[in-house]
Amino acid sequence: MISPKLVEVGRHTHIELITNAELVDLKGEPGRFTALVRKRPRFVDLAKCTACGECAKVCPIETRNEYDEGLSVRKAAYKLYPQGMPGAYAIEKRGTAPCKATCPAHVSVQGYIALVNQGRYREGLELFREEHPFPGVCGRVCHHPCEGECTRGGVDEPLAIRELHRFLFDWERAAGELAVPAAAEGRSEKVAVIGAGPAGLSAAYFLARRGYRVTVLEKLPVAGGMMAVGIPSYRLPREVLEREIELIRRLGVEIRTGVALGREVTLEGLQAQGYGAVFVAVGLHGGRRLGVENEDAAGVLQGVEFLRRVALGEAVEIGREVLVVGGGNVAVDVALTAKRLGAQSVTMVCLERREEMPAWAHEIQEALESDIRIVNSFGPKAFFIDASRRVSGIEFKSCTAVFDENGRFNPRFDESACQAMFADTVILAIGQTLERGGLEAAGVVLRGPGLEADPVTLQTPVPWVFAGGDALYGPKSVVEAVACGKEAAESIHRYLNGQDLRQGRPRRWEMVRPEAIEEPRRRRVPVRCLDPAARECNFLEVSYGYDEAEARAEASRCLRCGVCSECYQCVKACLAKAVDHEQREETLEIPVGAVILAPGAEPFDPSRLENIYRYRTSPNVLTSLEFERLLSATGPTQGHLQRLSDGREPRRIAWLQCIGSRDTNQCGNSYCSSVCCMYAIKDAMIAKEHAHGELDCTIFNMDIRSFGKDYEKYYNRAIRAGIRFVRSRVHSVDVLPETGNLSLRYVDEAGGLKVEEFDLVVLSVGLQVPRATEETAARLGVRLLPSRFAATDPFAPVATSRPGVYACGVFQGPKDIPGSVTEASAAAAAAAADLAEARGRDIVRVELPEEIDVSGQEPRIGVFVCNCGINIGGVVDVPAVRAYAEKLPYVAFADENLFTCSQDTQEKIKEKIREHGLNRVVVASCSPKTHAPMFMETLEACGLNRYLFEMANIRNQDSWVHADDREAATRKAKELVRMSVARAAALRRLESKTVPIHKQALVVGGGVAGMTAALALARQGFPAVIVEQEAELGGFARRLHRTIEGTDVQAALRELVAQVNAEPRIRVILAARITGFEGFKGNFTTTVVSGPGGSPERIPHGALILATGAHEYRPREYGYGEDPRVSTQVEFGDLLARGETAGLQTVVMIQCVGSRNAENENCSRVCCQNAVKNALALKEASPDSQVYILYRDMRTYGLLEDFYTEARRRGVIFIRFEPEAAPQVDFGPEAVRVRVRDPILQRDLEIAADRLVLSAAVVAADTAEISALTKLNRNPEGFFIEAHVKLRPVDLPSEGVYVCGTAHGPKLLSEAVAQAQAAAARAATLLCRDAIRLSAITAKVDPEHCVKCLTCVRSCPFGVPQFSEASRVVEINEALCRGCGVCTAVCPRQAIRLSYYEDEQIVCKIEALLSEEVA
Amino acid sequence: MRLSYPANVKIVLVPCTGKVDVMHLLKAIQMGADGVYCVGCLEGACHYNQGNLRCRERVERVREILQEVGLEPDRVRMYNLSSGEAPTFVAYAREMTELIRRLGPNPLKNSQPAIRVEEAA
Repeated sequence: MISPKLVEVGRHTHIELITNAELVDLKGEPGRFTALVRKRPRFVDLAKCTACGECAKVCPIETRNEYDEGLSVRKAAYKLYPQGMPGAYAIEKRGTAPCKATCPAHVSVQGYIALVNQGRYREGLELFREEHPFPGVCGRVCHHPCEGECTRGGVDEPLAIRELHRFLFDWERAAGELAVPAAAEGRSEKVAVIGAGPAGLSAAYFLARRGYRVTVLEKLPVAGGMMAVGIPSYRLPREVLEREIELIRRLGVEIRTGVALGREVTLEGLQAQGYGAVFVAVGLHGGRRLGVENEDAAGVLQGVEFLRRVALGEAVEIGREVLVVGGGNVAVDVALTAKRLGAQSVTMVCLERREEMPAWAHEIQEALESDIRIVNSFGPKAFFIDASRRVSGIEFKSCTAVFDENGRFNPRFDESACQAMFADTVILAIGQTLERGGLEAAGVVLRGPGLEADPVTLQTPVPWVFAGGDALYGPKSVVEAVACGKEAAESIHRYLNGQDLRQGRPRRWEMVRPEAIEEPRRRRVPVRCLDPAARECNFLEVSYGYDEAEARAEASRCLRCGVCSECYQCVKACLAKAVDHEQREETLEIPVGAVILAPGAEPFDPSRLENIYRYRTSPNVLTSLEFERLLSATGPTQGHLQRLSDGREPRRIAWLQCIGSRDTNQCGNSYCSSVCCMYAIKDAMIAKEHAHGELDCTIFNMDIRSFGKDYEKYYNRAIRAGIRFVRSRVHSVDVLPETGNLSLRYVDEAGGLKVEEFDLVVLSVGLQVPRATEETAARLGVRLLPSRFAATDPFAPVATSRPGVYACGVFQGPKDIPGSVTEASAAAAAAAADLAEARGRDIVRVELPEEIDVSGQEPRIGVFVCNCGINIGGVVDVPAVRAYAEKLPYVAFADENLFTCSQDTQEKIKEKIREHGLNRVVVASCSPKTHAPMFMETLEACGLNRYLFEMANIRNQDSWVHADDREAATRKAKELVRMSVARAAALRRLESKTVPIHKQALVVGGGVAGMTAALALARQGFPAVIVEQEAELGGFARRLHRTIEGTDVQAALRELVAQVNAEPRIRVILAARITGFEGFKGNFTTTVVSGPGGSPERIPHGALILATGAHEYRPREYGYGEDPRVSTQVEFGDLLARGETAGLQTVVMIQCVGSRNAENENCSRVCCQNAVKNALALKEASPDSQVYILYRDMRTYGLLEDFYTEARRRGVIFIRFEPEAAPQVDFGPEAVRVRVRDPILQRDLEIAADRLVLSAAVVAADTAEISALTKLNRNPEGFFIEAHVKLRPVDLPSEGVYVCGTAHGPKLLSEAVAQAQAAAARAATLLCRDAIRLSAITAKVDPEHCVKCLTCVRSCPFGVPQFSEASRVVEINEALCRGCGVCTAVCPRQAIRLSYYEDEQIVCKIEALLSEEVA
Repeated sequence: MRLSYPANVKIVLVPCTGKVDVMHLLKAIQMGADGVYCVGCLEGACHYNQGNLRCRERVERVREILQEVGLEPDRVRMYNLSSGEAPTFVAYAREMTELIRRLGPNPLKNSQPAIRVEEAA
């Protein structure tokens, strides 16, 4: 239902849609506002996206589908629903996940984990390598700071992020593949990297991927730096490292080992060899000395050197007892290596306490597992040496503090507490230093212990030389070296291209997390390791890593913090290149004249009432919105009625009304949400239709409020259909564990406690204004009511407290769709009045070239076959279809396009039309519903008549629905194209007739609605004529005194009349009668006779607004008119206004007099509030009086509910009655005796009243005459029938005619005012134009063949064909014809043809299809 | 929703099923279509008030004619659905195809099954 509106809004040239946006601030005055709009990124370019959906297909992230109320999942790349506007997809990205933000290399961790979760390992590995060349190395040795930030850590344990990328590497290795990343086109510039450690190799990797020629020079005989000679092979097997270095080599990087800067090469020499830049990353390969006596004795080794020598395979002598000095990771590696070399006992001694040790916890753990003794809080004092000057032990002094009060390393010792330890080998692992030899001489600038360079750009004082890695910033981990190498590559790239090195750096990373996490606890999948005993005396890898099942299980624990994981699969999949992950939030400043707030409502969240309704506990307790999705053909069960707990079809469903409405106790929403009764009835009816077999539907309610136009009829239908209505508020829901059924406990009207069991419970949740809207309103200075709806006045229902800002829809107050749509138009009218001066100023007008005359030309058809990315091309053999099309009759040209709807293809089509002299165009692509208008515009833009166009829908009708059979799909595509080509050849140019508009409206009725409509038009600049049958303006409102809110109706009415009389654009004709009406939209003529004996006046007008009003029913019931003590509510209002109610002791009011009965089935909508209003007024005037209101359902909908509550608080007594037990009234001399059965007390009551007040129905004014003249239909109750109840609530079926006020149905003054403004807005859409272009698709009579049988006259649903007495033929006015073609089909002589759908234009398709078969 | 249905269904677009002529349906059968069905709005929900009801009358008329000339009336049928009911559309397409398969090829022309749909715009 909503689709056409969406398409219209989306395509409208005067509407700019800004989605993902929020109004932040509004400055200035009405007519001259500046709106500040914050627009969040969509990450998809609207201009490029063709909505093919490939991004969603490849997206690995599944998240809650809010369109299905969370009952299904959707992808992070998504389109909320098929008809969504704009049609483009969007990517939901909350921000950067903590893992990616924390990773020094900023690997898209969430991304590769999502891909692992889907088994897409190759893509996962590729994604990892985008940012990091060492998934295997870091998969083993990384200190994984990411895991420390992992959100899952707050739930149970962080994800094993490191193990998962190690798995990817292992998977590729096991598969025997090595996927070398893509590199940019080769460039001529050469870059040298000094040092083949992780920093140097990373720089080389990223530079090579950018196309540079990179040479890495390494001093050692092997590449890898500390990865090769620092990290022992039991932690990092050499073949792992070698594979990753091999990949860098395959990118074209040359690695030369045994070449040292300052020894074999100098910077000058490199420059001479043509290197444009150098990156120096030589690492820290020297050991730090203790500075203690006898440190150089035999048997004392340096840790770094020790590890290097072991790694290089040199024979290293080691004794039985080994002492390792140091508490860092290197010390642990040294200790474990010594152990594996055969040392009997290894003891680590360090200054720090255990918890202060710089080694990572898991390394310490591993050391302890391998029987390494760790002695804390001691520092070496002196070395013991034996006679051969060989070391034999160390005397240690105890360390009292390692760090000073400033946190700096500044150890203090207690020299008195010493301890001696003996060993035959001592290995010092207390730090690393730069091996400076030759560096300075080679031209590198040193500073302090390392190299000198800018910490951000890494540029050294020698501009073409960059430096990084441990040698720059001290000992750090592999991943930090990778990050540094990547930055170096970026700097060098910028440097070589003359770009600013500093712009946008360092990039700031802000992490996001989901707000509330409700996740079942799931422990991390443990990593299997080599048994500690099996680690001795060998260098086998300790950790086995994950197998595939373990990796998938672990990956599924990810909480998807960022929603979008930035895996970039969508970027690759999008052939239109529409995905842009770099989009950022922007703030727009938009000059506007008026603002309309239509922010809508949210459903009440019943989780807050969990202890009563068990919404969270039971999957069989649904909100009404969830249930609607369950009934929808596009919903999670495709419309199959079933329980989500067990898939069983329910047999008994209960609806609980007023959840989050009419409830000050539990939720604070005192108002009635107005819509829940009707939607519950509707859903129950639909559920019955969907059910297989019997379905019991029970609606638990306090009152059924079917107060809208014709709603009561629907309610009665529901009762007849067997839907049970129980008047009770259910007080508890219990889940029955065996069946999942729900047991409801409630008290029935008679006070009995009942328990009933249901399969499914639907909570009819109410509407409320979201907190975010409240904040927006506060920012804009728009006043809200305590209920959080916008504060408005009954006579200005869409104006907020801030001038120039208007409200409509549920934000204005709870209401249904017709009410919302009406108010939306009303707000448009109010805004248009503010903008009247500027109307038409900023709109874009399209100038069209003169039409090319193709008459008499043989058809020359151009066929454009669309691939729609791979939507069509992936199934249908598009080249074959194009080739086939080329050979079809009259085809002059055929082509295929990636996206035929893209802007550049439109240009191409224009070019081809001109180049090949095409006079017909066929596009074989998607649905003409969405795309034909655009292609037709393309035709017009190069002078071709827009009707010389035809579409073959080879997507929706073919590739999408026959994807399983490519051959059949291709065959069908050819057939569809053949049919379209045949039709194209039969098409003719059509002319859309243009008729001028008479820019004036005629308003029938001078009541509040009529006057408001006329004023709203006049304020927009359009003249209006009010035709009123009475001798004065005001209508029924003259009988009213106050609104329930307290507004003085007479004062407001006087003001309104004064405004009308003062408005020069309004002419008022009083005491008038309409005697004639003719014409069509834009060009009506109404004949009006004013006063007795007046002469008829013919008034031309472009639009007609009917505001003929209604009056109060004159009851025939309850002695009205017979006994003076009986009056209607309106008459009682007169008494109250005149103060003539003093002395009344007891008043009884009876509701629904003349409504909801056999004669008038409908509810009169206003009487309940009228009774409450008068009861309150009486209580106010005479507090001691007693008021009884006898009612059937109290229908104080929306915010009126508060007055009902107030009346009860003030002691008004409400007694419900059933229509079959209606009150009985006797008129005694002293009192009116009213007898009624009280359903709660279960007995008859008798009330002796002074006065009986009847809430009489609203009866439509007598409009028989005008209805006959205008051929506008009324319902049996005499109210005009609108064109579409929901979408066009103020339009009448004849175009250019509108209705407002009680002429449409009973309504409150405020509602009549809104509808009047709406009618004015609708009329203005017509009157604002100088002329209208009529549709060219109309029926035409051939007078030669017409035999004047008048079948068409009788058949036309709109009464358009007329027999003209003047010309003696049947004529069809093309301004009135809707183009349905009914007349053409009924004409026995086939004398009528419908343009664009002529018989031969339909039959030719049939012939084309059936005349041949496609091979 | 991209639900799959038999590829032998080809759609001819008309503004309203009320536009469908007896002649259109007979033409299709005469030229060898194995079946033709019209898909209109739900009864009571015609955009043009009663076009779908008129179409149903014409379909009935064509079925009578088929009966008279010795062809199976079920080769021509009328269905109703709303535009949001993709699964129903598919169900009807399958039902019609199954029906036609049981009836066999149109004796007026020996061709493989080809079914056409007339649908309201």
